[in-house]
Amino acid sequence: MASLKELSAIPEVLAPGHRLCAGCGAPIVVRQITRAAQGPLVVTNATGCLEVSTTVYPYTSWNTPWIHNAFENAAATASGVEAAYQALKRRGKLDKDVKFVVFGGDGGTYDIGFQSLSGAMERNHNLVYVCYDNGAYMNTGIQRSSATPKGADTTTSPVGKLSYGKRENRKDLTLIMAAHNIPYAAQVSPAHWNDLYQKAEKAFAAGGAAFINALAPCPRGWRHDSKDTIAICRLAVDTCFWPLYEVVEGKTRVTYKPREKKPVTEFLKAQGRFRHLFQPGNEAILEEIQKEVDRRWEELLALEEISNRQGETA
Amino acid sequence: MASEKKQVAMTGNEAVANAIRQINPDVMAAYPITPQTDIVQFYSTFAANGLVDTQMVTVESEHSAMSATVGASAAGSRAMTATSSQGLALMHEILHIASGFRLPIAMPVVNRAVSAPINIHCDHSDTMAALTTGWIQLYGESAQEAYDNMIQAVKIAEDPRVRLPVMVCYDGFITSHAVENLVLVPDDAVKAFVGEYKSEYGLFDFEKPITFGPLVLPDYFSELKAQQSDAMLAAKEVILEVAEEYEKISGRKYGYFEAYKLDDAERVIVVLSSAAGTTKAVVDELRAAGEKVGLLKPRVLRPFPAEELVKALSGAKVVAVMDRAETFSTQGGQLFAEIRSAFYEASKKPLIKNYIFGLGGRDTTTSDIRKVYEELKKDQERGSVDRKVTHLDVRV
Amino acid sequence: MTMKGYKDLPEGGVIPEKGNSVLYKTGEWRSMRPVWHSEGCVHCLMCWVFCPDSSIKVEDGKMVGIDYDHCKGCGICARECPRKEKALQMVKE
Ligand SMILES: Cc1ncc(C[n+]2csc(CCOP(=O)(O)OP(=O)(O)O)c2C)c(N)n1
Ligand code: SF4
Ligand code: SF4
Ligand code: SF4
Ligand SMILES: [Mg+2]
Repeated sequence: MASLKELSAIPEVLAPGHRLCAGCGAPIVVRQITRAAQGPLVVTNATGCLEVSTTVYPYTSWNTPWIHNAFENAAATASGVEAAYQALKRRGKLDKDVKFVVFGGDGGTYDIGFQSLSGAMERNHNLVYVCYDNGAYMNTGIQRSSATPKGADTTTSPVGKLSYGKRENRKDLTLIMAAHNIPYAAQVSPAHWNDLYQKAEKAFAAGGAAFINALAPCPRGWRHDSKDTIAICRLAVDTCFWPLYEVVEGKTRVTYKPREKKPVTEFLKAQGRFRHLFQPGNEAILEEIQKEVDRRWEELLALEEISNRQGETA
Repeated sequence: MASEKKQVAMTGNEAVANAIRQINPDVMAAYPITPQTDIVQFYSTFAANGLVDTQMVTVESEHSAMSATVGASAAGSRAMTATSSQGLALMHEILHIASGFRLPIAMPVVNRAVSAPINIHCDHSDTMAALTTGWIQLYGESAQEAYDNMIQAVKIAEDPRVRLPVMVCYDGFITSHAVENLVLVPDDAVKAFVGEYKSEYGLFDFEKPITFGPLVLPDYFSELKAQQSDAMLAAKEVILEVAEEYEKISGRKYGYFEAYKLDDAERVIVVLSSAAGTTKAVVDELRAAGEKVGLLKPRVLRPFPAEELVKALSGAKVVAVMDRAETFSTQGGQLFAEIRSAFYEASKKPLIKNYIFGLGGRDTTTSDIRKVYEELKKDQERGSVDRKVTHLDVRV
Repeated sequence: MTMKGYKDLPEGGVIPEKGNSVLYKTGEWRSMRPVWHSEGCVHCLMCWVFCPDSSIKVEDGKMVGIDYDHCKGCGICARECPRKEKALQMVKE
């Protein structure tokens, strides 16, 4: 287990001077994940806040080779980059061991980039795809995505006389990626940096396609104070809204179980995008949200249970 | 090493797949679509049998095919893919990115009508819709030309003065699936001709890392587009240089277009690709009867060789530009619009008219072409064209 | 940075440099400033691992200060510092 002292000795992949908002979760995720590569790293980035804010020409915040192609094709682009690496290596034109990481927002990953991601995972390219999930299309002004939590007020699921915000449940992308039967899939939060770092290490060492879903609060879209980014991540984990787990070669393991599972309202209350849910009349919605969180948490524990049993009989 | 030029019987797709085999790119993204599918099938078989050591990426869509090809090319490798019709349309977004990134990707496009209605046969609606994507476009009449263009495309694309992607277009089924006798250049000669690929930038230099594909705002955007425009202009020269070099290993001549019995021709058809073959037969027949007819078959549409076309056509009295795709401008096809516009400054202009023909694989026969020359004759006698735009082969 | 003419720019919009955004001073965005007191600091590096702007300066595993050229004043470091009263506080600019 690496200490922060050790991690701080690893060169920074993301230079300061980028134009992400103060307190943005995305660069925290990037800084933590990239440290685990431990060596030459090529980054592919989908269009979104992270991409535009870190590469405003002629400036770049990246200290390592980086490519952005378009919004929906980061995984396919990285597939090509990784294929070039395999080819050049085989032909003796390159002798380094290189790692590949992709960063895409939830819009670029759960929605428009879903097919491209699914393809790259199924082909088992040796790369780590990281979704920095801030639960909406932030760069275009906070539109709902399939990662937006139920009840959230966004600009395309606005609260109104007839609306309490987004009506639908979040897509469970991490489990969908695990269902691709790839070597490694995990869910992480930057508040739990140590858990995140260990998972990133495993992902980079997986020898094939790995997927990491990282919670990445957006102070602007979630409407919380910039200083609370990490605290809200902690609430997401402690309420089991955002469980920390990994699926290794098909085996599920919950890597953190809160000693006391907090009500989801603690996570919701901390953010302006859910404020309306606490007004009279919306009690049933809050209840539904809690039920859904409970159901998914139980399901995850059950998956872990099955994996444990399979381990015993193996 | 003495290497024989090989006479073979092959379909257009097989010939092009063999050109790619001889090039042996680092990376090939593969996705099926009729009538292109053969290429990626042949190539997968080459790879499966060790005839090439290309890294195959069997993507889940053409959008990803072009995206992966862009990634591989930007990384610093020689990368390719192939497509048709709906596939090219699906790639459209990334076509712009490939050229904007200045990536020398050579891609066969087997021309097929774009839906709707869905249709698998030849017309040029797919590549005509890609004329403004910043790709060089080469068109070939036959399997031989498709093969020759494929090899030259790599060299044109990768020339440091150019560094732009190239589409190698030829007609679906008519050329892609018909078996033809052709001559392959020996493997070692192709290998030496295309040489080792040397990229301008790459993603594996960790001492000098680069950022590829940043956000460029109004303060720099126009400058980068001006560079691209210059590169396209430079391609004009490079295309001829490469053709000259290629002639040395193949014995076959290429230019911006083929002029067939054009020197003293008064009535001229301008038509792309396989329909030019049919037209040649009619030209021969009419010439035998003493008619002053000729043909101009463009090979290069991007960059558009406007001056050269004007010069070649300026002796004609009437020109029929035949387009195998609609533009729905109601003012005729794309080739027509561009050739007509090229004549704007010319002091000597022929009468120019347009025929839309052969859509969705509608067969174009010698009698269709004969009809065009007959109408041109009437136009010439009248001193004006009867109609600016005619649908040649539509039932009324 | 001087604005180059179009023939002098690298092809394809490539930025053939690394991390040159350090030249862009995001510190000007700040309305609150983190102030560090070395005496109270236990060098746990919590501030460092959570800073979105790579603006906590660390040398030999020890916190040594704040990069005010780039720190945007988000306040995460101060909020997450286990010794906040003694080591890291936010003050108005
Ligand atoms: C094909 C395409 N559609 C739409 C857009 C516009 N667009 C750019 S970024 C973006 C939002 C990105 O959202 P997400 O992936 O969640 O990243 P975030 O901005 O939230 O970090 C959208 C909709 C685009 N660039 N390309
Ligand atoms: S809008 Fe949100 S995701 Fe985008 S930079 Fe600002 S805080 Fe980060
Ligand atoms: S978090 Fe506080 S105690 Fe820890 S290193 Fe930073 S300033 Fe020092
Ligand atoms: S206030 Fe924010 S940006 Fe500044 S040093 Fe602290 S965490 Fe970093
Ligand atoms: Mg988002």
